[in-house]
Amino acid sequence: MNIVVCMKQVPDTETKVRIGADGKTIDPTDVNYVINPYDEFAIEEALRIKEKLGEGEVTILSLGPERATTAIRSALAMGADKGVLLKTDDTYLDSHAVATGLANALKEMKYDLIFLGKQAIDDDSAQIGPRLSVLLDIPCITVVTKLELEDGKIIAEREVEGGTQVIEASLPAIVTAQKGLNEPRYASLKGIMMAKKKPIEEKSPVMEEAKISVLKMEYPPERKGGKIVGSGKEAVPELVKLLHEEAKVI
Amino acid sequence: MSKAVLFFAEQNNGQFRKSAFEVATAGRQVADALGGELVAAVVGDAIADSATTLGAYGVDKVIAAENTDFHYYSPEGFTQALIDIITELEPGVVLFPATSLGSDLAPRVAAKLGVGLASDCTELFVVDGKLEIKRPIYAGKAYIRVAFNSEPQMATLRSNVFSAQKQQEGKEAAVEKIQVNVAEGKSKSSVKEFRPMGGDRIELTEADIIVSGGRGMREPGNFAILEELAKELGAAVGASRAAVDAGWRPHSDQVGQTGKTVSPNLYIAVGISGAIQHLAGMSSSKYIVAINKDPEAPIFKKADYGIVGDLFEIVPALTEEVRKLKSS
Repeated sequence: MNIVVCMKQVPDTETKVRIGADGKTIDPTDVNYVINPYDEFAIEEALRIKEKLGEGEVTILSLGPERATTAIRSALAMGADKGVLLKTDDTYLDSHAVATGLANALKEMKYDLIFLGKQAIDDDSAQIGPRLSVLLDIPCITVVTKLELEDGKIIAEREVEGGTQVIEASLPAIVTAQKGLNEPRYASLKGIMMAKKKPIEEKSPVMEEAKISVLKMEYPPERKGGKIVGSGKEAVPELVKLLHEEAKVI
Repeated sequence: MSKAVLFFAEQNNGQFRKSAFEVATAGRQVADALGGELVAAVVGDAIADSATTLGAYGVDKVIAAENTDFHYYSPEGFTQALIDIITELEPGVVLFPATSLGSDLAPRVAAKLGVGLASDCTELFVVDGKLEIKRPIYAGKAYIRVAFNSEPQMATLRSNVFSAQKQQEGKEAAVEKIQVNVAEGKSKSSVKEFRPMGGDRIELTEADIIVSGGRGMREPGNFAILEELAKELGAAVGASRAAVDAGWRPHSDQVGQTGKTVSPNLYIAVGISGAIQHLAGMSSSKYIVAINKDPEAPIFKKADYGIVGDLFEIVPALTEEVRKLKSS
């Protein structure tokens, strides 16, 4: 089984976002870049499937700047077999551009399953999985919390408003991973050593131009630190009064 | 391309979701600014007569794509339905709710059309006859304002941000039914089963009030006091990443950068110190209340109202006080 995991390198969740000099992108100074957290679930699921079947290959495909090599190396240390970097400069790419770049690369690769995280935590667009579904003409199941593989098909559970959907799809297929799908492993020391010898191929992506342009980036409206109503349960009647009469939310 | 604004009116068993009315209201404003009509796309196996009621929200026309295979969401089938409707109408703007369904469907439609799509938007503007939108990135740590270089201009709208407002009570929208030809064997994925969540659970992203618990709850059983407060308020119960990672609450309850981003009218953070990734996910709430024993906790810097002290005394007292208020 050939499994490709599309992975993005993103600023970690502790990052305090500062807007860069161009007013459109973030200032990368002191930003710690990591594997997109949702992509870790995708990598883990791919590795588990390979281990369960006892055969196959897991390839990490990443579209991004040179620094993304570090994240690919981390995924190889977890156990993936090889990496492909579709190297870009740091300019803004929308989901249309990224999806066409990934799809064109995937068309040259062998895959039975393609995994992605349900969204990247930087841009939060959550579009690449479903877009690849159309561009590659294969099914895609998004936001998956449980996955089973049987007889050339997958059965997945996904969280939706008010419950859980159980979806079946034929292979090849795309799955986007949600937290809860599994517990991603840490790379072992041996894994880290082995990763150094694993191949990472570098290519230029073939992609279409972005269809969205960023006009400006701004900070969220500042929340004024509010008031401490009081301490202990004695403050509760005053709080309820404020919520009812001042805020009018209860 | 016309000046028409098309939106996807999500329904479930003939009942429109709250998001359908929210997107209709936002769509009406865009249509007015563009000087075009507002058209609703309804997709399902049996379009109820209730489709006409969208008229009250300013919808001029409903295009209903009916197909017996559309009882459950079919990604390929629904995509085809939207493509058929867009091809016929040639709208300048297409809006979807950023629900589970809308977020899965909209990128497929955009990819088929080869156009841009702005996800999870919180504000819409019309500038010189073109749509511009504002959307959060990094779970709300920053916002970007974007414009489109392709048409139709497509966006999904975050739940609970745009308020649903009726324009004219009782006004009915004309309904045009169309047939969607989903090619035989074309459906590559299908929903086999839907397991509803028990009880009258309120969806976090759609809740008006959220009561959330963090590490300060100490153990899973203690969430019962939050459930009780939530019941009294008609609220949903959320959790911080610490509480979810400890296994106290399901992943679906997590609020924050690797969980859900929420914008309720009232967010009550209980025993949550306010890690940056949590604050990102709830800072767009209209009012924030913090209950925490540590007066230096970062959550107090974001909260409109705070109480310092033992949550195990404060929360039950709050439940009691709310109960008194409701019965007065």
